[in-house]
Amino acid sequence: MIIEGRVWIFNDDDINTDLIFPGKYTYEPLEPKEQAKYVMEDYDPAFVNQVKQHDIVVTGKNFGCGSSREQAVTCLKFAGVDAIVAKSFARLFYRNSINSALAVIESPDLAESILNEVTEPGLHLSQFVISIDLAKGKIALDQKEFSFPPWDEQAMLIFKAGGLVEYTKQQLKDQAKKGL
Amino acid sequence: MGKTLIEKIIAGSSGRSEVNLGEIVFITPHRILSHDNSAAISKIFKKIGASKVWDPERIFIALDHAVPPPDERKALNHKVIRNFVHEQGIPHFYDCGVGICHQVLPEHGHVVPGKIILGSDSHTTTHGALGAAGIPIGRTETASVWAIGRTWLKVPESIKITLNGKLKDNVYAKDVILYVIGQIKADGANYRSVEYYGEVVEKMSISERMTICNLSAEMGAKAGIVPFDETTKRWLDGKVKEPYEPVDADPDASYANVLEYDLNDLDPQVACPHKVDNVCAVRDLTKIDIDVALLGTCTNGRLDDLQIASEIVKGKKIARGVRLLVYPASQQVLRDALRLGYIDALVSAEAEIAIPSCGPCLGAYGGVLAPGETCISSANRNFKGRMGCKEDTGIYLASPATVATSALAGYITTEV
Repeated sequence: MIIEGRVWIFNDDDINTDLIFPGKYTYEPLEPKEQAKYVMEDYDPAFVNQVKQHDIVVTGKNFGCGSSREQAVTCLKFAGVDAIVAKSFARLFYRNSINSALAVIESPDLAESILNEVTEPGLHLSQFVISIDLAKGKIALDQKEFSFPPWDEQAMLIFKAGGLVEYTKQQLKDQAKKGL
Repeated sequence: MGKTLIEKIIAGSSGRSEVNLGEIVFITPHRILSHDNSAAISKIFKKIGASKVWDPERIFIALDHAVPPPDERKALNHKVIRNFVHEQGIPHFYDCGVGICHQVLPEHGHVVPGKIILGSDSHTTTHGALGAAGIPIGRTETASVWAIGRTWLKVPESIKITLNGKLKDNVYAKDVILYVIGQIKADGANYRSVEYYGEVVEKMSISERMTICNLSAEMGAKAGIVPFDETTKRWLDGKVKEPYEPVDADPDASYANVLEYDLNDLDPQVACPHKVDNVCAVRDLTKIDIDVALLGTCTNGRLDDLQIASEIVKGKKIARGVRLLVYPASQQVLRDALRLGYIDALVSAEAEIAIPSCGPCLGAYGGVLAPGETCISSANRNFKGRMGCKEDTGIYLASPATVATSALAGYITTEV
């Protein structure tokens, strides 16, 4: 599976879930498309107006730290983001992303080389286009290639199923077949 | 090779005699926790196509975030949850006002040493205070566990943190853990399980251990665990009705990192805006005027926290222009604090006493900040915008004692 898109740079470490999706909306019963209206609101409200389908985010370390709120993942996904490449992810955000079938890739090398292109912290729309090959664990940037470690097998199964809802649906069907 | 606490707990929860580092295993939790997010979880549960939860007895729900609901949407959110609870026959449901999920779950005897508590809340790590593994997950995963009763975990590396020394009189569990987070940073325990040892931890009450396990989430930990001891046993006696088997790490267990801190000279600490790992000693701050002082939350809203604060403010008044908000962590805490006169001392000092709930910690409503305001808080997060407003606001995290002394002074201080 290949994911290709233009690159947004979030030039900061420790971008937390409150910055991605503000807590004040967390207990509003919002559909994912409505959640997308608030994406990155407390980080930079300019993002929501400019993000397009199939964009890719490149950022620093510990992206998505903080809350377990899954809207932090779904608001990015439904705003159009297809993949996030970070130096590292917070565990809960990473897990929630796989469960929502949003591609999350840890590649400190790729992140470093793209983040080095900007000096100011914060949000930047770059000129870069990158291409991610999930199966091969490769990212292409211009003429350069970067490798990333493959996902755990179970994570890949969930991602390929289209997320944990679809995956568990299948598990329930299998259970029913076995008469469990 | 010996086993760590988390390796033993995961083995026990997966029906295996042992598991190895890095292995993917399927576990069934002893309890699975959720709160106001249960309405969203129930919708995902239905989307999965499930009709009955796998085991109603294992599911724990407490309404604590938007309590009591401030508007129609949030009220409806609660109603959806009550209906689901009724339809599924979930016995361990605690409605608005009983308290914060992380307080109510152990208070009602649902946390058992040696077991896994999954929770759709990042501060599920709190339950490590009782020798259990509290592991946070998201909403979709919670719905999936409700449906099939299991999920996968990767057996994580562990960090061993030993806290030595004798704390000064005005230094508390909160100061200790803020100091540790300042040292190892916000991703210092990412994907890892933390085990706490040392004389400081041995002397801590369960409430204090809950504070350090709660804040383990702010270093990214998958779990933060204090091993079972006599203190744990005494606390659980009379609360937990089922038999349990505590686990200990083996002496030759292997750790990714071993950290030791001598805390004899530690002074009260504060986490400055807008990151929890932005920590310094209170005495190193310039004079920071405050508008709001928040005492409460799953980090520091327990009886000892209210006692400490009430003793500081007793017979005094908070500074003019400051609002001191008090959110007891549970009804039980509130009742005890009433009986013992803590609430009287706080109200007499002109604090506002609120209903046991999460309050303004996450900025959903109630006690949120206005633009330009500063808060000293006993909570666990100081992210930009966390308390409902991001415009030029600042949240400083500290112990209940520092919250109380600051409320009296009108600026952040530990001096009475």
